[in-house]
Amino acid sequence: MKKKSFLSRVADAPYLLWMILFIVAPMLFVIYFAFTDRNGGFTFENITSLSSYSGTFVMSLSFSLIATVICLLIGYPLAYCMAKASKKARNILLVLLMLPMWISLLIRTYSLMALLDNGGLVSSLLVKMGLPKLTFIGTEGAVILGMIYDFLPYMVLPIYTSLVKLDVRYAEAAQDLGCNGPKTLFRVILPLTMPGVVSGVTMVFVPSISTFYISQKLGGGSFDLIGDTIERQFQNAVTYHTGAAISLVMMILILLSLFVMNRFADKEEIIV
Amino acid sequence: MKVLSKCYMALVFLILYAPIIVVILFSFNQLGSLSQFTGFSLKWYRELFRDGYALDALKNSLILAAASSVVATVLGTLAAFCIFRAKNKYYRAAVESVSNIPMMNPDIVTGVSMMLLFVGVAGILKLTNALGFWTMLLAHVTFNLPYVILSVLPKFRQMDKSLSEAALDLGCTPTQTFFKVELPAVMPGIVSGLMMSFTLSLDDFVISHFVSSPDFKTLPLYIYNQTAHEVKFSMYALCTLMIVVILVLLISVNLFGSSDERRKRKKGVAK
Repeated sequence: MKKKSFLSRVADAPYLLWMILFIVAPMLFVIYFAFTDRNGGFTFENITSLSSYSGTFVMSLSFSLIATVICLLIGYPLAYCMAKASKKARNILLVLLMLPMWISLLIRTYSLMALLDNGGLVSSLLVKMGLPKLTFIGTEGAVILGMIYDFLPYMVLPIYTSLVKLDVRYAEAAQDLGCNGPKTLFRVILPLTMPGVVSGVTMVFVPSISTFYISQKLGGGSFDLIGDTIERQFQNAVTYHTGAAISLVMMILILLSLFVMNRFADKEEIIV
Repeated sequence: MKVLSKCYMALVFLILYAPIIVVILFSFNQLGSLSQFTGFSLKWYRELFRDGYALDALKNSLILAAASSVVATVLGTLAAFCIFRAKNKYYRAAVESVSNIPMMNPDIVTGVSMMLLFVGVAGILKLTNALGFWTMLLAHVTFNLPYVILSVLPKFRQMDKSLSEAALDLGCTPTQTFFKVELPAVMPGIVSGLMMSFTLSLDDFVISHFVSSPDFKTLPLYIYNQTAHEVKFSMYALCTLMIVVILVLLISVNLFGSSDERRKRKKGVAK
């Protein structure tokens, strides 16, 4: 039993090599590019020049925070209703929830664009109902709606999972001991499903703050989010260093917020 | 209360599905209009299949998805085996958390970091045109790996340890035990990891966007380029086809999974 076979001795090697080459090394390259100039000399200039993008950072942050909060407000009740349904209905609802997650986000964004298009179904329905013609594409609302639409299932799924795992007897006990409905929800159910909420919030917030195609397609090019800025820097080799610096800062911000949020939740409970 | 919750669920799911249904429906529209359905027609599908670039992109997508999912599955299964076998707690934790980096990082950061790696290495080797099929393949394998590990590792952990011990006692070498006992036990995880990688690779846009070159375009990249300025109805046809393919793949994964379960249950009864 103790003798090591050839297989178990070399089994680690290919994956470890891959990990170092394609997970660790790329990160080091981001750091290298962020702190060098075009001639390869060490510089802080890329990082300090980011202050000119502070407006972009603030806008991205506020867009993705709004989208995350609305997703939570829509998603928690949805997860709650799903968890309360009968077992058979629950399975169907779960499939319905997961199907959109498998369809490419680009395709889903593009579908939303078709629906909201200025000559599209929604605006022509509004005109038929006698309402004034509205423009959706190119507004803040459309970009935020795109984020909500794209990432809502990622909010619902972890919350649903933690609600299903929740022992109903806790809620019953709270009610027996005199809690009314809302009080049970806010003092018992919500705290117990916090891990699900935290992982849902991360799964909506991280892609929202880093998106670029949602703002390009639905924002009609009038909103420059962090993702758009990064993407533009990589169109041209001259600005790779700035792009790397923005990516690095965004990555650090995201890792910090993940770290802070994970402190709220028991690590074992988080469903990725 | 019950009615209210049903109405709420119906409303949210309706909103979630409305755009997809609209795209599927209007891809069969006779006239190029997004507001009125004038009649059923396959016109846009015909246009799509006459589009040589789209067919090229389809071919590229399939080759890339097949190659990257196979490589990711082999490597990921090995990785899951290593993590499962690792005796040292810290080593295991380190490997697991580094493996999860591509899943935790926003796609754009993964894409950018891979691109910088390829550009940087090409700069060192003095190559001019680094990006293309091979860089796409490496990137796709990398972002697929954590998903393969995630679906195979639990199967290793659920596996009955006494089976492999019995095989070793009965004279199998550890290598034979791996192929004859452990590998079949984790097979369902491997298959679902493979299917998952295939769909993820077929769907990926953000990471591919950064590591691709103009002469190797996949379908999502092609859709992105084609929809930059105007509405193109053949793209709705393409989106519809991709949605159908993904759904068929998902359903077959589930059927495979459940038939496997059924087989197991039958065996249990037979015993």
